[in-house]
Amino acid sequence: MFKLEQRPQASKLWTYGSPVLALAITVLIGVCLFVMLGKDPVRGLQAFFWDPVKSTYALGELAVKATPLLLIALGLAVCFRSNVWNIGAEGQFVIGAVAAGGVALLADKTTGPWIVPAILVAGMLGGMVWAGIVALLRDRFNANEILVSLMLVYVATLVLGFLVYGPWKDPMGYNFPQTKTFERVTQIPKLMQGMRTNIGLLLALAAAAMLWIFLFRTRAGFALQVGGLAPAAARYAGFSSRRALWTALLISGAAAGLAGALEVAGPLGQLTPYVPAGYGFAAIIVAFVGRLHPVGMIFSAILMSMFYIGGELAQSRLGLPKALTGVFQGLLLFTLLACDTLVAYRVRWVSRTPVVPPAAAPAVKEAR
Amino acid sequence: MNPPDTVPLPAAAPPRLQLTGITKRYPAVVANNGISLTVGAGEVHAILGENGAGKSTLMKIIYGAVKPDEGRIEVDGKPVHIRNPQEARQLGIAMVFQHFSLFDTLSVAENVWLGLDKSLPLAEVVQRIESTAHDYGLEVDPHRPVHTLSVGEMQRVEIIRALLTHPRVLILDEPTSVLTPQAVEKLFVVLRRLASEGCSILYISHKLHEIRSLCTACTVLRGGQVTGVCNPAVESNASLSRLMIGSEPPELTHRESQVGASVLRVQGLALPRSEPFGVDLQGIHLDVRAGEVVGIAGVSGNGQKELLYALSGEDTRAAPEMVQIAGREAGRLGPGRRRALGLHFVPEERLGRGAVPSMGLAHNLLLTRKTALGKGGWIRMGQLQEQARAIIARFNVKAGGPNAAAQSLSGGNLQKFIVGREIDARPKLLIISQPTWGVDVGAAAQIRGAILQLRDEGCAVLVLSEELDELFEICDRLHVVAKGRLSPSVARADATVQQIGEWMSGLWDGAAAPNAAQNAARGGAHVQA
Repeated sequence: MFKLEQRPQASKLWTYGSPVLALAITVLIGVCLFVMLGKDPVRGLQAFFWDPVKSTYALGELAVKATPLLLIALGLAVCFRSNVWNIGAEGQFVIGAVAAGGVALLADKTTGPWIVPAILVAGMLGGMVWAGIVALLRDRFNANEILVSLMLVYVATLVLGFLVYGPWKDPMGYNFPQTKTFERVTQIPKLMQGMRTNIGLLLALAAAAMLWIFLFRTRAGFALQVGGLAPAAARYAGFSSRRALWTALLISGAAAGLAGALEVAGPLGQLTPYVPAGYGFAAIIVAFVGRLHPVGMIFSAILMSMFYIGGELAQSRLGLPKALTGVFQGLLLFTLLACDTLVAYRVRWVSRTPVVPPAAAPAVKEAR
Repeated sequence: MNPPDTVPLPAAAPPRLQLTGITKRYPAVVANNGISLTVGAGEVHAILGENGAGKSTLMKIIYGAVKPDEGRIEVDGKPVHIRNPQEARQLGIAMVFQHFSLFDTLSVAENVWLGLDKSLPLAEVVQRIESTAHDYGLEVDPHRPVHTLSVGEMQRVEIIRALLTHPRVLILDEPTSVLTPQAVEKLFVVLRRLASEGCSILYISHKLHEIRSLCTACTVLRGGQVTGVCNPAVESNASLSRLMIGSEPPELTHRESQVGASVLRVQGLALPRSEPFGVDLQGIHLDVRAGEVVGIAGVSGNGQKELLYALSGEDTRAAPEMVQIAGREAGRLGPGRRRALGLHFVPEERLGRGAVPSMGLAHNLLLTRKTALGKGGWIRMGQLQEQARAIIARFNVKAGGPNAAAQSLSGGNLQKFIVGREIDARPKLLIISQPTWGVDVGAAAQIRGAILQLRDEGCAVLVLSEELDELFEICDRLHVVAKGRLSPSVARADATVQQIGEWMSGLWDGAAAPNAAQNAARGGAHVQA
């Protein structure tokens, strides 16, 4: 029979091999899924893994979706590495979008291009305030940050709903729940003509580089990670756990808020009840599949973005439900967690031969 | 060399317990390699070996907690296949672990009741505890909650629990590490009595004098193999030590010290416990001067942990003037600020407190060292690696390089690295807890040598240890901590094991403060009666 045996040291090979194996298994299960649904698995896989990268335009769309995923995941990685379980990035994203939208609504025909940085800063502040509530409750009352951050997602969605159904509703919008379309000047500058990709992509890549430096080259980043890996060692060293909590949550709140601002002042161009697209939750998967490492998360953000686009294509071309995106995302995380066992354990074939001759068994009974 | 049996056996009687060719392999190490062991009835058989020699694995195999890869176990000449501890108990094998398995919130009787395989009414269990306790002089009140017991009393509960199963083989794992010298003597009386009644005792230890005074036979392990079977009563410490480590431990040269100004001054330190089963610190006065090693002896759980938290800065509840470092009031300062004043500290727990297990040695330097940091906390990687390499070389640490994970090192090598990290900082005051706990003899001698060298260079050193031998070896003055209070100091030259042992029970002149009666009344006294 197979036996899991603990490795003396974590395997370097499987630390990097596990996400690849997980992806392979996900694809395999995906093929089975397509066959069971009566669809051509080749066309299905094509929709998920080829169509999103086959043209410049497709690559641009890929980047549009990967940008918020990467930004949010970078922030979450700081939290997870310091053992702060912020799973409410979606809420911080929404409040960031609301704050950014509020600033964008202030613009009129005479506003200068300074409005764009103001929108981005407002988004970051919005996310920080929302994450700051989590930090405050945890710090002051020791409230569980998992529950608080998750519940604040629903509060954030309701805040957004209140605004777009109420005070911020476009008076010329035929009573649709949405704000007026933002002025042109508020648009985040595009990278290239004819593509939806904007400078947010550059910001996200710069953020990845900054995160790498923070985590691996500064004492503050080191202190955060010690707090996550060995709290007693952090206390011994004198690293403040309160500072770690606040830093981690504020960084991740700012990142999620920035993603929200880029989204609302970029592809969306107005606030609607459909701002929350699940990026905040998908980014949790991005963070873990990317091994909480800035470079790894760039790759996993692209992968998750492919799933988003693939899901839409599968809906329009193969007539499959869009929920397939969620299925693939879930499968990937699930198989990754399973494959991670191989990092700390190895599989061994052991024979069932008993150690001592079977004659030993009756001796036990006699002794009773 | 044949051990003389205390109980003469008929020539034909098979040994009570016989192991043949026991082998247990773990992925990284062969813990037991072809070990054979013969224990006669009524024999007190010592298993001697350093940490990591394979003693614990062998005992767990006998107790059914670990399955051997090869080998035979025979009880009374019959081969047996012990699959779990329950089967071991049915065969009459009982074990008292080093770390007790008692529920703090339950009473003594309830704890014993839980451990029994048969279902008996609680009242009968109480009665049995009382009669066993009375028979063997293991006095303990069955109705007391376990958290009010001292460590020595908890051990008695474990022994009583083992005795209630009427064992024919009793395994004791390092039973004296939590006892005062006087309590050790009482324990030995009980064990000799048990042996005279025909119970075989397997006694695991690395303390040579105990084995020589108690045991009638001894099997020595080194690196998972048997290196000798002998009668400890006719051996010397030196010959046993040769069997155990392959050489005699080097002698330390202890020179008279040049004592300077006071570096650590603790004045009337009093702190209420911060966790339910902690110890209140009361009226602690302590002075450590430059160029001397001060030792604090005591049975664990008497306030050592709390005292160290208050001294290191991990607990900042003390009033500022209660802890003074190099003349500065430091009671409210955190660990980083105290380190800046020259205090460096080596905690008892290496993995998880003294070092981050999954991080490399170089990164672990950053916990307490700032040498490799540039402006704004920038980590200079090259310099950090160089610093780690230098410490590894200077303190003879066996590691796979400066980036080897802390958890990949053996206990002794990690301790050498952590001690090296703090000594390399050239501290004014070094506080070190259990400097050689779980460390092999060679590394222990090296660490003690490094402490003495630091003292000769004019550093003030405070050592907390449960090993009296060690304190007598390296300290200039000794204190004893008991029940959260600190005894007056005594020069090592004037101290005796007898006196320190009495002090470990809290019985020093002037200690009979009103509190003693109060402690006894609430039953919270940490005294070995």
